[in-house]
Amino acid sequence: MGVIIIGGGQGGFQAAASLRAEGYEERITLIGDEPGVPYQRPPLSKGFLLGKQEQRHAELRPASFYETQRIELLTGRRATAIDRFSRRVTLDSGAKIEYDTLVLATGARNRLLPGNGVFYLRTLAEAVELRQRLRDANQVAIVGGGFIGLEIAAAARTLGKKVTVLEAQPRLMARVVAPVVSEYFREQHAAQGVEIRRNATLEDLPRGADLVIAGIGVLPNSELAIAAGLPASNGITVDEHLRTPDERIYAIGDCCECPNPFAETYVRLESVQNAVDQAASVARAITGQAKPYSAVPWFWTDQYDIHLQMAGLPFGYDQVVTRGNPESRKFSVFYFREGRLRAVDSINRAAEHLTARKLIGARSPLSPDQARDESFDLKTAL
Amino acid sequence: MLGDNVNSLNMPKITYISHTGNARTVEVPVGDTVMEGAVQNNVDGIVAECGGNCQCATCHVYVEERFLPLLDPIGEDQDAMLETTASPRKSNSRLSCQIRVRPELDGLVVHTPPTQQ
Repeated sequence: MGVIIIGGGQGGFQAAASLRAEGYEERITLIGDEPGVPYQRPPLSKGFLLGKQEQRHAELRPASFYETQRIELLTGRRATAIDRFSRRVTLDSGAKIEYDTLVLATGARNRLLPGNGVFYLRTLAEAVELRQRLRDANQVAIVGGGFIGLEIAAAARTLGKKVTVLEAQPRLMARVVAPVVSEYFREQHAAQGVEIRRNATLEDLPRGADLVIAGIGVLPNSELAIAAGLPASNGITVDEHLRTPDERIYAIGDCCECPNPFAETYVRLESVQNAVDQAASVARAITGQAKPYSAVPWFWTDQYDIHLQMAGLPFGYDQVVTRGNPESRKFSVFYFREGRLRAVDSINRAAEHLTARKLIGARSPLSPDQARDESFDLKTAL
Repeated sequence: MLGDNVNSLNMPKITYISHTGNARTVEVPVGDTVMEGAVQNNVDGIVAECGGNCQCATCHVYVEERFLPLLDPIGEDQDAMLETTASPRKSNSRLSCQIRVRPELDGLVVHTPPTQQ
């Protein structure tokens, strides 16, 4: 019996590791549909594409970890059905395994463009292929000016390729950052020689492009849960304990939406922080230490030498103030709603990002004027 | 079999000592970080939640004083991160993801803190 974790990404791995760290003694089965041991995805669109990092650096733990921790790792296997009444998971091999508790960490998959000949980046296998194709390409077109698209653009440009980015919105990373941050990144990419076409359609694809890559968002993998009769809308719906209405089934990471105290609504997040913290939270719940999930969300992206770190959720902001001068290449942007701090984006200001995480977690009364004033010590607003 | 013909120039030995005094010595390839050396060898006491991106301060170590002069100065990001470690920051605190192994670091000894989270 024991715990079955479906999904061998960052969240699934962490759930297994945290269960053992919390003293869970029963059987743990971790099912992943990719070959090989679980790995981290963030480097794939950064150092890995540049050839600075090798595959073994992306692996979260060596194979021996799973043996010593008694985690049964089933790789290259997909779960095809959940029978909640007999508490069994069916695998694509036909095997059925029983659980006491089931953790769904099924992640998300890339949204696809119609037609063939477009490349995507999510898995290690895709990264290995893309790295080779990038080397051979002359002119690269990237559809989507979000994190993934812009990280790939930065890598391709660093490799000396001609690069065009097509963004359907009037500005870059429009879903997650304020216009001042979008504009900063547009200028930086332009200065590096990337051509950015905003308000673009696929008809704007440059004719000479010999490699087309799309990074246009993801869809949560909720189908297995839905087929088992569990509710889902933008991801598998869970409560503040990350539990589905079936008390033996949890969902974590990119595949789930949960009530988020920093958004005051249900939110589905796609980040390492979210996957790791939710996994640890579920491991505590399974070992009898349940507490509502309330971690401050944070994210990061690296493009060239620009390190953007984001804390909190800016949804519905009505005021934005900038601390520091963007021309100095080090500044932060504070998002307020109804006078309350909601989120902070820090560009090459790691210390301010860390303070921001604390300010948001503490629901700081920091005012926009204080945020703007560099002589004001942010820590005094904690 | 690999270890037989790989000399210590390419595979410096790094020793990790836990807060309870358990010592593990492992060979870490030049170019890898001290954090990666721990993770690849299942050394306890280093969590490395963010995977070596200088984002989480869960790979905190105390470096034995005699090796400090061999290390690069603490960068701005690392300095900020070290302010958030779960165990107290000391003058010899470093993030092990920011220590890249070089031949001169053969024999490096680091102590892992009682807690990382």
